[in-house]
Amino acid sequence: MRHTTRRQLLSTTALLALTGPVGARGVSEALPRAPSAAFPPGRVTPGPYVFFLPEEAAAVDAIVARLIPADSMGPGALEAGCTVFIDRQLAGPYGGHDGLYMEGPFSSDPLPSQGIQSPLTPRRQYRDGLAALGTYCRANFGGRDFAGLNPAEQDKLLSGMEKGEVALPGFDSRMLFQAVHANTMEGFFADPIYGGNRDMIGWQLVGFPGARYDYRDVIANPDQPYKLPPIGLLGRPGWDRAEVP
Amino acid sequence: MSRRLPRKDVAVIGLGWTGSILSYELARTGLDVVAIERGPWRDTATDFNIGTAPDELRYAVRQELFLRPQQETQTTRNTLSQTALPIRKYGSYLPGNGVGGGGLHWNGQTWRFLPDDFRIRSHTIERYGAAFLPPDNTIQDWPIGYDELEPYYDKFEYLLGISGRAGNIGGRIQPGGNSFEGPRSREYPTPPMTQGYAQTLFTKAATDKGLHPFPRPSANLSTAYTNSYGCRLGPCTYCGFCEWFGCANYSKSTPQTCVLPVLVREKSFEARTECEVTRVNLAKDGKTATGVTYVDAQGQEWEQPADLVLICAYALFNVRMLLISGIGEPYDPATNEGVVGRNYAYQTGSGSTAYFEDALFNPFAGAGSLGVVVDDYNSDNFDHAKLGFVGGASIISATSNGRPINYHPTPPGTPAWGSAWKKAVAETYQRVTTVSAMGSVMSYRGNYLDLDPTYKDPLGRPLMRITFDYQENERKMANFMAERCDEIARAMGAKQTSINRLAGPWNVTRYQTTHNTGGAIMGNDAKTSVLNRYLQSWDVPNVFVQGASAFPQNAGYNPTGTVGALTYWSLDAIKAYLKSPGPLVRA
Repeated sequence: MRHTTRRQLLSTTALLALTGPVGARGVSEALPRAPSAAFPPGRVTPGPYVFFLPEEAAAVDAIVARLIPADSMGPGALEAGCTVFIDRQLAGPYGGHDGLYMEGPFSSDPLPSQGIQSPLTPRRQYRDGLAALGTYCRANFGGRDFAGLNPAEQDKLLSGMEKGEVALPGFDSRMLFQAVHANTMEGFFADPIYGGNRDMIGWQLVGFPGARYDYRDVIANPDQPYKLPPIGLLGRPGWDRAEVP
Repeated sequence: MSRRLPRKDVAVIGLGWTGSILSYELARTGLDVVAIERGPWRDTATDFNIGTAPDELRYAVRQELFLRPQQETQTTRNTLSQTALPIRKYGSYLPGNGVGGGGLHWNGQTWRFLPDDFRIRSHTIERYGAAFLPPDNTIQDWPIGYDELEPYYDKFEYLLGISGRAGNIGGRIQPGGNSFEGPRSREYPTPPMTQGYAQTLFTKAATDKGLHPFPRPSANLSTAYTNSYGCRLGPCTYCGFCEWFGCANYSKSTPQTCVLPVLVREKSFEARTECEVTRVNLAKDGKTATGVTYVDAQGQEWEQPADLVLICAYALFNVRMLLISGIGEPYDPATNEGVVGRNYAYQTGSGSTAYFEDALFNPFAGAGSLGVVVDDYNSDNFDHAKLGFVGGASIISATSNGRPINYHPTPPGTPAWGSAWKKAVAETYQRVTTVSAMGSVMSYRGNYLDLDPTYKDPLGRPLMRITFDYQENERKMANFMAERCDEIARAMGAKQTSINRLAGPWNVTRYQTTHNTGGAIMGNDAKTSVLNRYLQSWDVPNVFVQGASAFPQNAGYNPTGTVGALTYWSLDAIKAYLKSPGPLVRA
């Protein structure tokens, strides 16, 4: 559609058709509009992991289950599908830091104010970081992997990683913690289309109504509870189950 | 090897607010105008479809609409003695990319600077004495006054259909508006937005304290509006997906909603997207631009000859274009000589987060510009004598969104994960609001822009280097404002507040504001400015540079209103230039 539009537009300008730049989009005398075209993200469904190896997925399952646990407040990150979310994100452009500036030299002593200065992509962080975590656990917990620790042991270890106090072999434990923590929050609260926030668990926890796009009634009625259920880019589960619309 | 294209009357670099307005106004006079934009074409119907637009992960977290750092980024350091490193992922500010530029993803807060802001150096010296100015400052009066700019502010506001309430019409103070503002010639084009619950509490608390709250001027429109070009906008639905997003409702004023529909119908206008201008070409004398060189998406290089070159990119990129093209003498902080890169400034943010016992703020019902403001502590609206700082801030109660990946507040001391976090998040989401201060930043000798000696973009051009930190003056000001915000937050009925001070060096990771200013400033003296009062280059008179890069220092407001006013002001000068080409002001 876009290609056709470009060709049509280029042909409207004689000069350009003869000498115009071939790699540019020329726009003249009409909007280059493909009616209703939109390129939404592909719907993520549970299924075989794309990036994670089985032992990595087991470790991530165990970590996200401690970061946002299932408890008296309701289901947590594991139930929300955060592992699937993270797997698909790592397999996509995010996982390779696509679009970020990744040219060297990489400084060994950046200022904290200078932000990310590591050459490690998220895929590298998970692959190397989880391997280091596995090695650390097996050495310090009698051959058990992270997933084999009890919740109290897991929480203590995560807390040490959060502070950077755990020395994983060859990997910054804080970097691994921060990556999983940030991606778990994303998966718990992102639109369900990305594979996390299953049944809008995250949105229901806080009371976010999602993609409703019109809250004029809320503005008109301040300090009142919002009663409609959340809705995502693909609708909501009730629609599939033929409940009340 | 670059290939040469047929000559155009005007080459415009960048198709955001300034580029689209100038393209339209010049094309409609019959001039051949080509706008060259490095990002993609973007349009409401195709790119901000209502079924796909409200996607926090895609737009706010993965930053789909913004410039990819891979294409261009900056290196940063806080002081001259440090080694600058590249911003690998944009954070502190997020430059736009593609047609519409920052005007597409902005919040829409559309201000006029105050009359005192334009002569802050003279005004401060007159009221407090020259010794009151901060050390190492390079603060300059603007070469233009509020009264001269007023008709152009009006023009820009009527293009956008801004929703607000006038506080001063022709010198008569109006109830409910900003009593501190400069006189305006008429009321805002549309009435103010309907405010939310937090704003209602703020209005009462501020009024009780003797302050003067008023609705924030907004480019999220309160009603349908047909603008001065005949483009029609719809009313805002308070959807909470405004800043960093495209608007699917046609209710945010953007180049897409306000200018492009008429611009693309002009027969003598052409846009070339996904084409990156690499430099402005100069004749052998170095005093005349002959056009621009750009690279298209296939990597082919083209030379586009043009009689007039309008640099209309984002402020930071305008400065880099001048440095790379060799237009104007680069600034040297060691000698305080040279002009390009001088007087780079930014914006301060501080305030107070207010936790309530029992409230339903419904933060998801918001808009980019929804808010109530007090200006009692902005500019020189209050006595600075005993405070020891120059400048001020607008103090705001705003509700822009409750998108939960980025917005899931918890009270201070809450762990970042686990059951305790989960409980706190669930209990806090509805009960928090903020009072924040957006403050001015003065200009200093050590805050400047130049080309980085090490890091390059994919085309081999040096990245621009930002050397910047908040100075003592700004820290004092921002922290004074944080206390004022906190007083108001408590008066609103918060059971607990936490003060957000301006602490530590300027940091590139946390989002602060995309209000980078200066570096190609306007002035009356060619020794201390890049542009004359008409935004015309002192050195190359057939080059005009638009945007906030022209600000001598930054005020306590968002810059776009002033950027738009300057564009229309400069347009009149460009038309005069076209009748009789040459410098409009003698150096």
